[in-house]
Amino acid sequence: MDLNMNDLNQPHSMGTTIIGVTYNGGVVLGADSRTSTGVYVANRASDKITQLTDNVYICRSGSAADSQTVSDYVRYFLHQHTIQLGEPATVKVAANLVRLLSYNNKNILQTGVIVGGWDKYEGGKIYGIPLGGTIIEQPFAIGGSGSSYLYGFFDQVWREGMTREEAEQLVVKAVSLAIARDGASGGVVRTVTINSEGVTRKFYPGDKLPLWHEELEPQNSLLDILKHPGPEPMNI
Amino acid sequence: MSKSAVDVPFQGGFNFDLCRRNDMLSKKGVKPPSYRKTGTTIVGLIFQDGVILGADTRATEGPIVCDKNCEKIHYMAPNIYCCGAGTAADTEAVTDMVSSQLQLHRYHTGRESRVVTALTLLKKHLFNYQGYVQAALVLGGVDCTGPHLHTIYPHGSTDTLPFATMGSGSLAAMAIFESKYKEGLTKDEGIKLVVEAICSGIFNDLGSGSNVDVCVITKGHKEYLRNHLLPNPRTYVSPKGYSFPKKTEVLLTKITPLKEKVEIIEAGEAMEE
Repeated sequence: MDLNMNDLNQPHSMGTTIIGVTYNGGVVLGADSRTSTGVYVANRASDKITQLTDNVYICRSGSAADSQTVSDYVRYFLHQHTIQLGEPATVKVAANLVRLLSYNNKNILQTGVIVGGWDKYEGGKIYGIPLGGTIIEQPFAIGGSGSSYLYGFFDQVWREGMTREEAEQLVVKAVSLAIARDGASGGVVRTVTINSEGVTRKFYPGDKLPLWHEELEPQNSLLDILKHPGPEPMNI
Repeated sequence: MSKSAVDVPFQGGFNFDLCRRNDMLSKKGVKPPSYRKTGTTIVGLIFQDGVILGADTRATEGPIVCDKNCEKIHYMAPNIYCCGAGTAADTEAVTDMVSSQLQLHRYHTGRESRVVTALTLLKKHLFNYQGYVQAALVLGGVDCTGPHLHTIYPHGSTDTLPFATMGSGSLAAMAIFESKYKEGLTKDEGIKLVVEAICSGIFNDLGSGSNVDVCVITKGHKEYLRNHLLPNPRTYVSPKGYSFPKKTEVLLTKITPLKEKVEIIEAGEAMEE
């Protein structure tokens, strides 16, 4: 019982894989859905892509409490800013508000985010804001523990000026690859596409994702496994 | 502690004045009292008409059960209840505090409280204390926007779920929910599932035990079923009864009624400025 108690008192963190890519006309944000406390999955269907304004969304990773609090503050500031400005906030302003909070509280916070959106001045933009509070504008950004497995993948597959469908397919493929290799990522793949026409949310359940190297078909019951016995034991 | 020239008024937050005294006492061999924790299994689920919350009733102080029938489902508002796991003092204090804040808010706005309001007040408070207020909560209620169920962790993060479990028995209860939960449960099915999940925690987790409390909240109506199920009755009572050996002998019994010292004036006049 003691081991369990210690585990469940761990801070709620999001192992995570988060991705943001630009395409011609907007951006696509993607994330997995696993939130873990130690080795227990506290929420297998969380939504890590949070809305800041109508046209700007943020992908959260790291400590769940810290990233939720930062998003709440930034949503509040952006709301005031929009009222004072008289028009929708730009992605740059949203990202910089996040950066200011992350940088000025770097000793306390443990959260890395990706801010993405569309505004009429710059079009679709992605800003990566990792631990420490740097802000960097990128054509695509990856973050979270699962992103380690995606650097090589993106180096090979990324190109400018993709269409919307290509970008969405890329994001889903990338998140599902990371889920396959990273223990702290899992669940479903959520994507949010933002362009001049608005925002579209999509959802890809875990069992609909493609199977990668050595992954097994989901089994419904032990009886199925008994019907089709596993591979022969290895002979040296 | 050096005395400052001007005494700073008590600001709030934690006061660490007694830490040196505690240090000195523990060096002398005086063990500090262990915290009363609610080992706990707490659950919540959304059914077709609203929310059902459930909890066990065991409170522990280290390895000892200090309360066999404590109440873990706390009142927040007429339409919102909150189950608490973790340090008993923290869950009581934080739910009481937010419950009064909600009451004041109701007076200000003239409206029924919303679950997201309670959620934000709780998460703000817990985040500010960076996890030192060890309260893990399952908050559920029905307001004008519909039924809501949230979990709140000690560090201040929240999740919104159709079914949730917290506490040391959460893994046992979650196993039940994951295999049997479906959308659109009726009230009886929901209560049965909640009871099953809590019983799974009671029988398989050492930190949870005793009885099952259930609370059903629907639009405009709530049912607090205290001790809905008692699966751990005291089965053996010695027929000889218990007699405790006499330690102190009674030599004399004398009862002296107290004399009235205060005169009661009947029908006095109302106070005037």
